[in-house]
This record gives sequence, structure tokens and C-alpha cells, in this order.
Amino acid sequence: MEKDIKLTIVHNDEEVVLEVPNDMGLNLMEFLNANDYEQIEGTCGGLALCATCHVRVLECSPSLDEQSDDEFAILETLPVIYDNSRLSCQIKLNKKLKDIKILIP
Amino acid sequence: MIETDIAIIGAGPVGLFAIFETGLLKLRCHLVDYLPQAGGQLSEIYPKKPIYDIPGFPTVGAQELVDNLLKQAEPFKPSYTFGERIETLTKNGEKDFVLSTHLGTTIHAKVIVIAGGLGCFEPRKPEVINLDKYENGKGVSYMILDPEKYRGKKVVLAGGGDSALDWAIFLADIAAEVTLVHRSESFRAAPHSVNTALKLAEEKKITVLLNSNLQEVFGVDNLDIVTVLNTKTNEIQKIDADNLIPLFGLSPKLGPIGNWGLNIEKNAIEVNTDDYSTNIPGIYAIGDINTYKNKLKLILCGFHEAALMAHSAYKYINPEAKYTMKYTTVSGVSAF
Ligand SMILES: Cc1cc2nc3c(=O)[nH]c(=O)nc-3n(C[C@H](O)[C@H](O)[C@H](O)COP(=O)(O)OP(=O)(O)OC[C@H]3O[C@@H](n4cnc5c(N)ncnc54)[C@H](O)[C@@H]3O)c2cc1C
Repeated sequence: MEKDIKLTIVHNDEEVVLEVPNDMGLNLMEFLNANDYEQIEGTCGGLALCATCHVRVLECSPSLDEQSDDEFAILETLPVIYDNSRLSCQIKLNKKLKDIKILIP
Repeated sequence: MIETDIAIIGAGPVGLFAIFETGLLKLRCHLVDYLPQAGGQLSEIYPKKPIYDIPGFPTVGAQELVDNLLKQAEPFKPSYTFGERIETLTKNGEKDFVLSTHLGTTIHAKVIVIAGGLGCFEPRKPEVINLDKYENGKGVSYMILDPEKYRGKKVVLAGGGDSALDWAIFLADIAAEVTLVHRSESFRAAPHSVNTALKLAEEKKITVLLNSNLQEVFGVDNLDIVTVLNTKTNEIQKIDADNLIPLFGLSPKLGPIGNWGLNIEKNAIEVNTDDYSTNIPGIYAIGDINTYKNKLKLILCGFHEAALMAHSAYKYINPEAKYTMKYTTVSGVSAF
């Protein structure tokens, strides 16, 4: 269990809770992609260049690092963003992360 | 009407290299891309990034590769239609095809090559009441194809990225009025662009509205007024406008390609790896748009597919002709 992150995904008014390994070197975009969330396209492969992996982080413990300038600049190009908007490719599924709840817009 | 041997849908790196490979076989190409420029993902998503896996180039900038591909294709005098999306593909008699774009341009060709990549780069649209009423020539557009169209016009731009700022700066000298609407307090685009835009605003050459969202558009037939909500003061401002250009980036969607009777699997076209032909004779699919066992979405794989496609297309167009492959070192490149 210690190796797992609790990931709660809210999508289309449904909530799914998953246990995600923290030692696979994945980012959240790659994980969502592998789990067939088609809205998360990840066109640029994780370089924070395309904004096709936008999610809203509803809760997170411990809290995520601040957005980098690059991430913020790309989020800014979207028509609608929120205070809790993030690019899922910039969220690393590593040992630092324990519990996260996201919404796929 | 445009007539050509080969119509290529998509001017990404793979479509561009297909001009060269078919040109060696004396076939003429016309390319269509919905984007205003050539280069596909390379120019639109990562022009400034280095690429490390193009054979023979330890490193090459993405835009540099596109420029070189364009140059390599030049001897074969390709023609281009930019800013138009291929909507329909139909048969014309036994062997030929007709393509038509969303603006009504038609292209007659003997062979169709779909090099559509991840699909058409479609603009992201903001939620603005009645926005779609004024699309298609009535004032609202999402890309700037010809800046001269805005000479003497009142233009509202929306967005906070590089392209919104760069166009606001560029149009300052062309349009009668430029208003840039941005939802945040500040800009995070390239510092040089931000400084230039803010200076133009100080000099009253453009108007910058921060903390502001587009709300609604009005007009009888064509666009007349855009309303903008200030999210800090809740005030609504009316702006006289001939044109509204929301610039919120583009994202690729398979689009019309899915409706042409081709075998599609997971947003990609199934092909025969002998020659990258599709289930419809005379139509080929190369580059990121196709799928087959062990497909890799890499530029170099697309280049290989273009070469095999070219030889098969030659035989499709000239079933009787005898042809043996020649090295370019032997034959050179004979321009059209
Ligand atoms: C950030 C990033 C980094 C990458 N790094 C590498 C790398 O290092 N090495 C590598 O080999 N690959 C890399 N790739 C992948 C590479 O960019 C693609 O494999 C390549 O762009 C595919 O070329 P293409 O010509 O098939 O399609 P694209 O480049 O996608 O071009 C397709 C074009 O077709 C147009 N189109 C589609 N449908 C229509 C229609 N109906 N009407 C009109 N136009 C249409 C689109 O607008 C687009 O311009 C990277 C990709 C990204 C996003």
C-alpha cells in the first residue's frame, strides 16, 4: 500500500478511485492516457506545449509544487481555466504524492 | 478548380517529403492544409525545439527541418492551399478523385495521399453567446490568414498567449482600432512581446483590457458589437467591432477524414504496409494518420512510408509503364 497513491478521478459526474503505483516514473497525463481517458490527449508527449491534458486539482496532499512559468503560459492559452487548473503532464506520480483528487473537464 | 496528379491532405513533414518522392517520378502535387502555414505539428506545437532522431542530423530545429523540406520540394513546383480544411472526398469516374474544402475550393486528382497527422488543427473556441452566428466571413475568425483583411477595421483579439500579443502588435499599424481582451491581471507570454504590447497600450495605439472575459456578440448580419465583462468590477463594456479573433490555441481532431469510407481504428487509418495504401484503391495514408502493426509515430517512419507510397502511386497512375528505381546520385533532381 505504501507504494500507492490514492487517485480520485471525477469525470462526467462520476467518481472513480484508483490505487496508482508511485515508482513507475509516470506523470498523471501518461497514466490517464493509458487508462483510456480520451479527453486527455497529451499531444506534445509531456513537454507542457499543447494544453491537451488540462485537469482541475480538487484536493491534493501534500500539496503540489507551484506551476512553472512554462506550464502557466500554456494554460493561459486555453479559453477557460480555473484557479486549480493544471497540466496533468506536469504532475509526477512519485513518492512525494499520497492522495490526489482531480476533475477532468 | 485545381487539377493535379497527386493531392496531398496535410502539409506536415511527411506530406512535404511526399512531394519530393513523387516529384522524382515526375508526378505533380497540390497540398492542402487547414493551418495557415506548412509544417504540421512541428511549426504549430514545437517550432523552437531540437529534434535528435532525423538520420544524418545529430540535431535539427523543428522549424529548420520544415524550411529544409520546403526547399527540397521546390524543384517540383508544388502548389498549396492553406487555411482550408478538406471536407469531402469523392470518386470522379473510374479512377480519379475530387476533394472539396470547407470554403468550396475543389481539387481533381488521380491519387489522394492523406498525410493528416493527428488530424486537423481546430481552434479552441471560448464560450461566448452567439459566437457561431458570426463565423464564416461574418466577423468571427480563429486564425489570421491575411492580415491585410483587417486594414481600417475595428478588431477585438482575445487571449493571453504569444499569438494574441504578437497579432495585437502586428495589427496595431493596420487596423483602425485594436482591443486585446485578456482574462488575467498580467501576461505570461514572451517578455519582449508583453513589453511591446504594453507600450503600444500606453501610447493609445491599442487598448488592453485585463481581468476581462468575452461575453456576447451582436450584429444584424455581420458582427457589430462585442461585450466584455470585467471580472473584478463586474462591469460590462460594449466594444464596436468589425472583427473578433479569439486566439486560444489549436488542437488536432481527426475531423472529416473519418467520414470517407476508409477503415479507421482508434482515430487512425488502417493501411497495407506493402505501399501504405488504404482500403480504397488510389488513396494512400502516410505519417501519423495511419496505423499498422508496430506503427511508430515518428518523422523518419513517415519519410519511409512516403517513398513506398510514391512508387505504388506511380504504378496506379501509369499501370503500363516500366520503371526502375534510380538513385538521386545517378539521376540528379530534374526540376519541373
Ligand atoms: C512536442 C512534440 C515533439 C516531437 N518530437 C519528435 C521527435 O523528436 N522525433 C520524431 O520523429 N517525431 C517527433 N514528434 C512527432 C512528429 O512531430 C510527428 O510524427 C510528425 O509531425 C508527423 O508528421 P505528419 O506530416 O504525418 O503530420 P502532422 O505534422 O500532424 O501534419 C498533419 C497536417 O495535416 C493537416 N490536416 C489534417 N486533416 C486535414 C484536413 N481534413 N484538411 C486540411 N488539413 C488537414 C493538419 O492541419 C496538419 O498540419 C513530436 C511531436 C510533438 C508534438
